[in-house]
Amino acid sequence: MSNRKIRILLAKPGLDGHDRGAKVLARCFRDAGFEVIYTGCHQTPEQIAAVAVQEDVDLVGLSCLSGAHKYLFPRVVELMKEQGLGDVTVVGGGIIPEQDMQPLYDAGIKALFTPGTPLDTIVEWINNNVTPKE
Amino acid sequence: MKELGQKVLAKDIIAASRIIRNLEDQIPDTYIAIQEIFGHTGNSHVVGITGAPGAGKSTLTDEMISAYRKRNKTVGVLAVDPTSPFTGGALLGDRIRMLRHAEDKGVFIRSMATRGAMGGISKAVGESIHVLDVLGKDKIIVETVGVGQQEVEIINHAHTVIVVLVPGMGDEIQALKAGLMEIADIFVINKADREGAGKLYKETLNMINMSKDSGGWEIPVLMVENVAEPKKFAESVEALADKIDEHYQYLVNNNLLSERMRRKTKAELNEALWGRILQPILNDLEADGEMERMVEKLLAKETNPYSLADEVAKRYMK
Repeated sequence: MSNRKIRILLAKPGLDGHDRGAKVLARCFRDAGFEVIYTGCHQTPEQIAAVAVQEDVDLVGLSCLSGAHKYLFPRVVELMKEQGLGDVTVVGGGIIPEQDMQPLYDAGIKALFTPGTPLDTIVEWINNNVTPKE
Repeated sequence: MKELGQKVLAKDIIAASRIIRNLEDQIPDTYIAIQEIFGHTGNSHVVGITGAPGAGKSTLTDEMISAYRKRNKTVGVLAVDPTSPFTGGALLGDRIRMLRHAEDKGVFIRSMATRGAMGGISKAVGESIHVLDVLGKDKIIVETVGVGQQEVEIINHAHTVIVVLVPGMGDEIQALKAGLMEIADIFVINKADREGAGKLYKETLNMINMSKDSGGWEIPVLMVENVAEPKKFAESVEALADKIDEHYQYLVNNNLLSERMRRKTKAELNEALWGRILQPILNDLEADGEMERMVEKLLAKETNPYSLADEVAKRYMK
């Protein structure tokens, strides 16, 4: 009888106003049957972590095209752990140079999707790697 | 589940967040958590905001949060957006207007999807009000999905209903129609700097004057303009917050609060009876394939739905 749905928080941390990609993803996730909370641009990691608590999401998707991903992404992971959300998957997307990827994975980012990644690949990754909370 | 309920009583927001999720996902045991908290509910003032898509409900809600925080009130928000009838997915975007309150510990905002409900909010929204109530929120703002004329479920859950109108949506006949235009305790004419606002104001007043006596409460029509000028906008919303508080005081002074909640309580009892009595029977019938066999019989015109229902009733009710 239960009807668990994957809930996703999509956010753009930092000083980056390029939200076309995030909007396309929001729409794509809607069409994949997920519930997407879209919160737009210019957010602090603190805001994102607070929203994740209130929205009980399974996945946080961070988009960053400004180059500040090395600080912002790990900071979100850290804050979410502090708030008791260590079990929530965090992924990132945007312009992420090859050499930055391993440090981000080490910091707890579970996947990174760079420009050109087909939408289906991202949806498939989510379906294979994210199970709605019990 | 019992533990979740107790955690919410101790004001744990992660637990509160989870119960709301369980209500939405219809996890069967969630009623145990509700059993824990139900006795502690009934302390919040529930304010409903409804109106057409794009009327400015979320932006108003955001400013109302600020107005209440200035008055040292804690605020809970349940903001509803539509579920896709095709994919079951949803894009919940109300919160994007309320980001500045994200870190305020006195504010809890939750985005919810309609999940197929047709009344402007879902059953889970009605139940989640209890959760925010127990978290100790003084004001709970329920923002419905963008509505048309008929989605008036909010009256079963809110003490004070605000209907948000915008200019340019039709002539005075629209104001005379049943449904949405009947449920307001307060009208807001939003985007009142736009052409047609004055006309809409007069039409709305006319409509109110034609209505029967609403029992001592004169339904006000407030103009809110200039989102682009934050100071003016904030002032308009301060006036709205005053009116909302006035309405609450009116309900309290006239012992009308419980009257308002009577329908909600009855609807919830109804749902509970359904869930505890009928649902298990339906699950049973589905599980052993009897439901399908009965459908076959009906398609073959061997019997009729009423006789079958009688048979099932006889079997289960002793």
